[in-house]
Amino acid sequence: MVRDATSKDGPDIAARRRWMSLLARAPVERLEDAFHSLSETPAFVPLRKPEIGSVLVRARAGGAGQRFNLGEMTVTRCSVRLPSGLVGHAYVAGRRPRSAELAALFDALMQDPSHRDGLARTLIEPLATELDQARRLKVAKTAASKVTFFTMARGED
Amino acid sequence: MYVAVKGGEQAIDNAHKLLAEARRGDPAVAELTISQISQQLGIAVDRVMTEGSLYDRDLAALAIKQARGDIIEAVFLLRAYRTTLPRLGVALPIDTAAMTIERRISATFKDLPGGQILGPTFDYTHRLLDFALVVGGEVPVGPLPVTMADPEAVPRVTDILGAEGLLEAETADDDQPVGDITREPLAFPADRDVRLQCLARGDEGFLLALGYSTQRGFGKTHPFAGEIRMGTVAVEIVPEELGFAIDIGDITVTECQMVNQFKGSKNRPPQFTRGYGLAFGHSERKAMTMALVDRALRTKELGGEVTAPAQDEEFVLSHCDAVAASGFVEHLKLPHYVDFQGELGTVRALRRSCQNAAQEDGAKTEDGDV
Repeated sequence: MVRDATSKDGPDIAARRRWMSLLARAPVERLEDAFHSLSETPAFVPLRKPEIGSVLVRARAGGAGQRFNLGEMTVTRCSVRLPSGLVGHAYVAGRRPRSAELAALFDALMQDPSHRDGLARTLIEPLATELDQARRLKVAKTAASKVTFFTMARGED
Repeated sequence: MYVAVKGGEQAIDNAHKLLAEARRGDPAVAELTISQISQQLGIAVDRVMTEGSLYDRDLAALAIKQARGDIIEAVFLLRAYRTTLPRLGVALPIDTAAMTIERRISATFKDLPGGQILGPTFDYTHRLLDFALVVGGEVPVGPLPVTMADPEAVPRVTDILGAEGLLEAETADDDQPVGDITREPLAFPADRDVRLQCLARGDEGFLLALGYSTQRGFGKTHPFAGEIRMGTVAVEIVPEELGFAIDIGDITVTECQMVNQFKGSKNRPPQFTRGYGLAFGHSERKAMTMALVDRALRTKELGGEVTAPAQDEEFVLSHCDAVAASGFVEHLKLPHYVDFQGELGTVRALRRSCQNAAQEDGAKTEDGDV
C-alpha cells in the first residue's frame, strides 16, 4: 500500500517521498517505457551502480511494543547524477537492478522543474492510479469473504 | 569429534550428478519453473522465507527447486545466500495496524470494527482430495462478487481490548538497542526481542509441538486467538544520504495476537496477557505457534514458575532452529572413522580389563571376541 506522505517533512520532501514510493513499486516495463519516451536520453552518470543487498525488517511485539528483528528482505539501491548536478536515489524491494537504476534516474528528473510536470502526467500519476486500483480491487475481492458469525446462545446480557 | 577425511572426489562428483538427475526426475515431464513454484506453492515459499529469514519469493522458490522440495534444506540454502548480502540498512518497524488486509479473524469477538474476513483459507474446507486439480487446465474460481468501496479501517483487536485496561499494554522503549542473533550469539537470559527473532526463524514443526504441549497442560497459558491478520505492509527505511523515511515496497506478513487469561500476580492486576507471532507471507500456523510459545516464554516475567519445556527459554531457543538442529543431527552421517576407532580401542581395553579381573577372581568367561 502507498501511505500518504506526512507533512512534517515539508511539501517538497512529502512530494518526493510519494514519487519515490510509487517508483519503488513500478513494474520495470513501465519504467522502461517512460525512459524510452523521454524526448532526449539524459546523460546521467552512476554515483552508485545498482547494488543488491538486504534490509533488516523490524516489527514490534504485539504490534505496538518492543522492537524486534523479524528477518531481512532483498533490496536494490542505486544513485545517479544528472549533468545539472541533481542527484537521484532509489531503494527498491527485491533484486531489481534495472528498476533501481531507472527509479533513481526518475527521482533525479522529478527534482528538475523542466521535467517534473511532464513526468508526473505520463508516469507518476498513472502509476498512482494503477496501484490504487489494484489495491482497491484486492480489498474488494477480499471483502467478498467477510463473514457474520451468529452465536446460537448469546454469552452477553 | 569429527576429523576431516580426504579422497572420494570422483565418487562425490558422480553422486552430485545422480542428485541432479533425481532432482529433474523423468525428462518427459515438464520442468518446474521458479515462477510456478512461487505462484503455486506459495505457502512453502512463505515458510522458506520465514525460517530462511530472507524475504525474496524467487530466491525461496529457487531454494525449494534446488532442494527437491526438502523445506529444511531450502531454508539452509536461503540462509547461506543471506550471509553473502551486504546489509544496506535497517527498516523502521512495520505497522501492522496499517496493513492492507487479505485475511483477518478474531476468535474472541464476533462483531468487531472492520469485520471478520476469511480470505484465502483452508479453514472450513472438507479436506477431501480434489481430483479436479489432477485434470487442471482451468482457472477454477468463478468471478467473485466485487463491490468497489473505500477500504475500511481495520484496527487491531488488541488495541480495542487494550483501551479498557483488560489487556496488558505493550510498551515501547525505542532507546533500547534491538538484539540481532545474526550479529551477536544467543545468550541467556534472552530478552523478548531476541526471543521473538529466534522464534520467527524457528522450525514450524518444533514450535507447533511446543505450542501444542502448552495447550495439553505442560505450562498452561489459557490462550485465545485474539486476532489473526494477513496482508501487505509497507517497509520504510531512512537512508543516510536522504535523511528522511522512504517507502521501498510492500511485504506480506501474517500476525497472530494470542490473548491469555491471567489471574494476576503480586505486581499485576488480573488481566489478559499477550503472546505475539509474526511471520513472512501467509504463514498462519507458524504465527499462531510462535504466539503460544512467546507467551509461554514470558512465564518468569509474569511471576510464574518455569516447569514445562515450552517455558524454558534455553531449551526452546537453543533447539528451535532447524538449520542448527539438522546440521548437528545430520553431521552424524559424515565419516567418523578416526573417532570411532578411538572409541573401539577404549571399549576393547575396558573389556580386556574386565576379563582379566574376572580371571583373577577365578571365574571363567566364555565370550572372547576381542
